[in-house]
Amino acid sequence: MKEFAKNFTKKVVGPAAVIAFLISIVVSFAGFEIPSAVIYVDAGLIVGFFALYTITEGLGAYVLRRLGQTVFVIWVIATLTFVLLRIIPGGPFDQEKALAPEIKQAIEAKYGLNDPLALQYWHYISGAATGHLGYSYKYVGREVSEIVSESFPVSFQLGMFAMVLSFLIGIPAGVFAASHHNTWKDSLTMIGAISSVSLPSFLVAAIMITIFCFGLDWLPVALWDGPSYYILPVVVLGLRPAAIIARLTRASVLEVIQSDFIRTARAKGLAEQIILYKHVLKNSLIPVITFAGPMAAELLSGAFIVEHIFNIPGMGKHFIQSVTNRDYPLVIGVTLVFATLLVFANLIVDILYTYFDPRIKLS
Amino acid sequence: MSTPSKSLWFDAYKRLKKNRAALYSGVFILLLCGVAIFARVLSPYSFDDQNMDQILTTPSLAHWLGTDDLGRDLLSRLIYGAQMSMSVGIFTAIFSLAMGVVYGALAGWVGGRIDAVMMRFVDILDSIPTLVLLILVKILFDSVNVFMHPELRALVGVLMALSIFGWIMLARVVRGQVMQVKQLLYVEAAHALGAKNLPMLFKHVLPNIMGPIVVVLTFQIPSNIMFESFLSFIGLGLQPPYSSWGVLANAGWKTIKTYPHLIIAPGLALFLTMLAFNLLGDGLRDAVDPKSK
Repeated sequence: MKEFAKNFTKKVVGPAAVIAFLISIVVSFAGFEIPSAVIYVDAGLIVGFFALYTITEGLGAYVLRRLGQTVFVIWVIATLTFVLLRIIPGGPFDQEKALAPEIKQAIEAKYGLNDPLALQYWHYISGAATGHLGYSYKYVGREVSEIVSESFPVSFQLGMFAMVLSFLIGIPAGVFAASHHNTWKDSLTMIGAISSVSLPSFLVAAIMITIFCFGLDWLPVALWDGPSYYILPVVVLGLRPAAIIARLTRASVLEVIQSDFIRTARAKGLAEQIILYKHVLKNSLIPVITFAGPMAAELLSGAFIVEHIFNIPGMGKHFIQSVTNRDYPLVIGVTLVFATLLVFANLIVDILYTYFDPRIKLS
Repeated sequence: MSTPSKSLWFDAYKRLKKNRAALYSGVFILLLCGVAIFARVLSPYSFDDQNMDQILTTPSLAHWLGTDDLGRDLLSRLIYGAQMSMSVGIFTAIFSLAMGVVYGALAGWVGGRIDAVMMRFVDILDSIPTLVLLILVKILFDSVNVFMHPELRALVGVLMALSIFGWIMLARVVRGQVMQVKQLLYVEAAHALGAKNLPMLFKHVLPNIMGPIVVVLTFQIPSNIMFESFLSFIGLGLQPPYSSWGVLANAGWKTIKTYPHLIIAPGLALFLTMLAFNLLGDGLRDAVDPKSK
C-alpha cells in the first residue's frame, strides 16, 4: 500500500502536475486567457503533489521546520524593511512646494504616520500577516496588495515563459556540445554560451528592438498584450539562464558519460542516441535542477530590467517606480512578495532534489 | 630531492598560460585598466565638454564615435565610463573581500552556535533578490550620507550597496573552505605545538584558501560592474554628468529609435569587459583547481 502511494505520487500526480502546468503555459503564451478554474486545477495538482510527496517520503518534519524558518525569515525581512524606511529622513509627502501644515498633518494622520512607532509596527505586521500591506502613497486610495495582485500574474507569466525557454534552449545545447566534445561544434556552442552570459540585457534588447521593431517592423516595442508582445521580453530575459543551463548541462553530461554504467550500456550495444538521451541525460540533470533555485532569483532580478525596458506592467516596474516616487508601502510590499517567492522557490528545489536523486536525504 | 619546489601560483600560472582565451582576456583587462587610469590623457575631450554645434552627430574624424544629445564626445565618455565602471567594480570587490573574509573566516573557524547564527543572517540577506537588496541599501545610504552634491551622494550609495551585497558570496566560500582546512592534519599539528588561534588563522589557514577566493573575486568584479550599470540604466544608480557605461546606456535608450549607436556602444564595451572577466575567471578556476574541470 505504501509503495503504491509512493509510486502513484511519483509516477502519476507529479507528471500530471508538470503536464497540466506546461499546457497552461503554452496556452497562455498563445495569448488565451487561462480560466480561473484551470488555474485552481494546476495549483491543486502542484500543491497536491508536494503534499503527497512530503507524506509518502516521510519528509513532513523537514518541510514543517522549513516552513517555520520561512515564516521567520519573512518576518525578519519585513521588520528590517520597516525599520529601514522609518529611519530615512524626509517623509513621502515632502515635496518641493511645501504643503500647508494642516494638510500635511491630515495626510500623515490618514496614513497613521503620527502614531507611536510601536503601534505603526503592530499595524504593519498584523496587516502583512493577513495580506493587507497598507495603502499606496502615490496611487491614492489603492491598496498595495491590490496593485501587487494585479502585477504579479504578469511578472509570473514573464518569468515562467523565460524559464521554459531557457530549459528548451539550454539543455539541448548542452547535450549537443557534450556529445561533440572537443570539436568545433562544441567550441562554437560554448563560445555562444559564454557570450550570452556576458551580454547585458539592455544591449540584447537594444539590438533586437532595432532589428525587429524599427527595422523589420515585425514586433511591438513595448507592453504586454499578446503573443507578439511576449517574444522579445521573454528572449531577452531567458537568454542568460539558457546559457548558464547549457554550460551546466555540458559539464554534467561529460562527467556522466565517463561513468561505468554508461560503459556497460555501450558494451551491451545500445544505440548511441538512446544512451545519450535516456541514460546520460536523466542522470546529468541533477546539477541543472540545483540551478533552479538561483535561477528563480536570476529571473526575478532580470525581470526588473526587462520590465523597465519593455514597459511591462509587472512587479519589477512597480518597484522601480515606487522607489523613484518614495511610495514606501509599495516598496515594502513588493520586497516582501519577492522574498517570499524566493524562499519558497528554494524550498521547492530542495524537495525536488530528493525526487531526482534518491541518494540525497533531507534532515 | 632535486625537483625545485613550485608554489601553487607558479603551477596555476603555467596552466593558465596554456589557456589562450583566458590569457588574452587577462591582457584585455590590463589594457582596459590602463585606459581607465589614463582616461584624462587618452580621451580627446573631457567627459562633460559640450559642443552645442555638434549635437547627435554620426562618427567623424573629430568625433570618432559621434556625439550625444548635449554635444559631448561619445568616445571620451566611453573612456571615462571605463574609469568609473572599472573603479566601482574593483573598489566594491575589494571592500566585499575584506568583509567576506573576516565574516566567513570567523564563522568557519569558531563554528557551533555562533556559526549557525551568522549563517542564518547570510541566508536571510540571500533570500532578497539582488536588485531589490541593492536598491534598498542604496535608499538607506542615499538618505543618511552627508555629501551635499546629489551626484556624489548617488555614487557613494552605489558603492556601499554593491559592497554590502558582494560580501555574502565571499563569506559563504571562505567559511566552507575554512571549515575544510580546519580539519587538516597540519592545523592539528600547529595546535599541538601551541599555536594561538588568530595568528594561525591568518598565517596557516587563509593563505591556503587564497585560490578559491581569487576565483570568486574574478567573478565578483564583473558582477559588480554589471549591477552598477543595471542600477544606472534604470535611473537608480549614478547620475550624469558622471559617465559610467550604465549612465551612457540610460541616456542612449532615450534616443534608441533614431541613434541606436548611443546605446550599442556602451553596451558593447560592457559586453567585452564581461566576456573578458568571465573567460579569465573560468581559466583561473581551472588553473587553481585542476580537479574542478
